[in-house]
Amino acid sequence: MDMTYAGAEAKVARRKRSAIARYAAPYLFISPWILGFLFFTLGPLVFSLTMSFYDWPVVGERTFVGLDNYRSMLFDDPQFWESLWITVKFAAIYVPFNIIMSFLLALMLHNITFASGFFRTAFYLPSVISGVALVTIWSWIYSKEYGLLNFMLSLVGIDGPNWLGDPNLAIVAIIIASLWGLGGTMLILLTGLKAIPKELYEAATVSGVPGWAQMLFITLPMLGPMLLFTFITSIISAFQQLTIALLLTKGGPLGSTYFFAMYIYDNAFKYFDMGYAAAGSWVMFIIVLALSLGVMRWSAAWVYYEGEVRQNDGEGHA
Amino acid sequence: MAAIRIENLRKGFGSLEVLKGINLDIADGEFVCFLGPSGCGKSTLLRSIAGLEELDSGSIRLGDRDITDLRSAKRDIAMVFQNYALYPHMNVRKNLSFGLALNGMKRDEIDRRVNNAADILRISELLNRKPRQLSGGQRQRVAIGRAIVREPKLFLLDEPLSNLDAGLRVTMRVELAALHERLGVTMIYVTHDQVEAMTLSDRVVVLDRGKVSQFGTPLELFYQPANLFVAGFIGSPRMNFVTANVVRQDRSELTLSGGGLARDLTLETLSSAVIAKDKPVTIGIRPDKLELVSPEEAHLIGDVRLVERLGTESHVHIGLENGADMTAVVRGTHPVSNRERIHLRIPAEHCHLFDADGKAIARALDTETQMLINQEKSKRVA
Ligand SMILES: Nc1ncnc2c1ncn2[C@@H]1O[C@H](COP(=O)(O)OP(=O)(O)OP(=O)(O)O)[C@@H](O)[C@H]1O
Ligand SMILES: [Mg+2]
Repeated sequence: MDMTYAGAEAKVARRKRSAIARYAAPYLFISPWILGFLFFTLGPLVFSLTMSFYDWPVVGERTFVGLDNYRSMLFDDPQFWESLWITVKFAAIYVPFNIIMSFLLALMLHNITFASGFFRTAFYLPSVISGVALVTIWSWIYSKEYGLLNFMLSLVGIDGPNWLGDPNLAIVAIIIASLWGLGGTMLILLTGLKAIPKELYEAATVSGVPGWAQMLFITLPMLGPMLLFTFITSIISAFQQLTIALLLTKGGPLGSTYFFAMYIYDNAFKYFDMGYAAAGSWVMFIIVLALSLGVMRWSAAWVYYEGEVRQNDGEGHA
Repeated sequence: MAAIRIENLRKGFGSLEVLKGINLDIADGEFVCFLGPSGCGKSTLLRSIAGLEELDSGSIRLGDRDITDLRSAKRDIAMVFQNYALYPHMNVRKNLSFGLALNGMKRDEIDRRVNNAADILRISELLNRKPRQLSGGQRQRVAIGRAIVREPKLFLLDEPLSNLDAGLRVTMRVELAALHERLGVTMIYVTHDQVEAMTLSDRVVVLDRGKVSQFGTPLELFYQPANLFVAGFIGSPRMNFVTANVVRQDRSELTLSGGGLARDLTLETLSSAVIAKDKPVTIGIRPDKLELVSPEEAHLIGDVRLVERLGTESHVHIGLENGADMTAVVRGTHPVSNRERIHLRIPAEHCHLFDADGKAIARALDTETQMLINQEKSKRVA
């Protein structure tokens, strides 16, 4: 009797322990990622939000100022609006060009049969080169006297302008340099194109659907999720534009390439006003978030998801 | 009006020759199957007719038009693909009407055709669903519907049932036959399932490595295979083959001996052409025609390797003394057992004969079978 009771108690304890093990095990397995996320993503995020409510010099006294950083940024700081405007201008040109050119390149790579592997690598290569090296290359290309671009222009008899010295041209130069890295976007769209079953086009061809209509009513809708994805990531990378401008033009000439990210950067590392810079980051975050949500809401009208419909979905398909 | 004539069609991919001179005459309203093992070129031939492949040489006529160089869209054909190829982002109605709308057809004509096709295929309730929300059989119907709305002169179907489970396949097979009856339009159907080919078609094209091996009615293929390939391909279990030599020829009467035979076999042929004595011939005999007999009467002697009892019949797998394999089908659950010695007779009237090149040497059929074949042929012409 006693023995049995003791045995039962041990069993219960064992079951309890195994229950804990069962529930904890999955979290233990993903704990490296969770730790990384907590310390390197969520932590800094919360930290920077806190910071943005403080007057937070790198050295010296921190004081809580509430929404003051935000207020003075929005109402008393013309540089905020100027840099934001430059960034919006940049995004408005960069994003559509990035997507359209990537799409056209992907389309071309998808359709050529000759040396497609070579071209794929060639177009993707710039995306692999680190930002600083890339900018160095571009500063040679754009150089007024010895630059490759002006040299080529001189071959056809054009006296090339001072690309980086002209306030109107500098932003164009940066857009072109940024588009140099469209290999990633192109690769995503190429993968999307390759995933569209060939039979869809054949079925359309047999039923007399002309090529432009196949592009419009089959390719684009089937590519919808990919296009949306690249749309949003392009917006995000446009707003984060820093490296190229910082190294190529340093925001000049005449502040014509003074991007929003650079404005934040300067506040943090030039004026050492961490609270103000953090507030700028959060403003940027909110703008990008709002834009992304807007794009996603708008996309519901034109993006079709393969997994959109869940009911009656048990059937396997070819 | 919509008969098809294919002449000398050749098609290769790079150095790989796939279709090696195809000649076919398909009558208006006929249901024809392309049958053959995987990779023999069935799909390529079908796609050539559809205009999805560029020919290397040869010509295709549909009705009174030469369509060899015509764009696919202008050929007056419709095609159903093996994996349906439905547009996943369009609902069923859009899937059916998409091609029509882009060819400038009037709204009410499109609606009429779509509703008509939906009626025929019983998919009217599904018109607003996306392909994702359909079962395999329903998707197949939509794919066929997309062909019907075109009101084509010719239907091309590439293994349309191969993705369905066995039960649904039988149902859809019956429906396809009914559809053909109802529309009366020429249909070409690709399959590697001989049961499908035999039950559905008026005539079957048996393809072997890019060539037409035989083109005939299902019973013709079964009872009068033109060569070893067709003989071995049509019928299940497969026809048995035994090699032998001609030891005596008296005009059309042959006496065969040696090879796998334990006893001489004498049989009549329809031809009195001399057959070389030094070249082996092949005797073909269907498994259900082999007879179990006493040792004195046996043409074939072997050991039972395996008995598969299916209830109404049993398949007996036999290893002959010369190493060849045979299958005999016996009625019921015959009491043969493994490793037992077995004696088989080849009834001369039921065997096929092939020369050294694998070509059939014509033999007379019994009157009943001949009548059946004639009936089948006349039905087709009618
Ligand atoms: N686009 C292509 N490029 C190169 N080779 C091809 C192409 N299409 C088909 N082939 C080759 O042509 C041959 C015939 O192919 P096809 O698809 O016509 O065979 P099939 O009879 O339909 O076979 P299955 O029953 O497996 O569908 C195969 O050897 C195949 O590898
Ligand atoms: Mg095929």
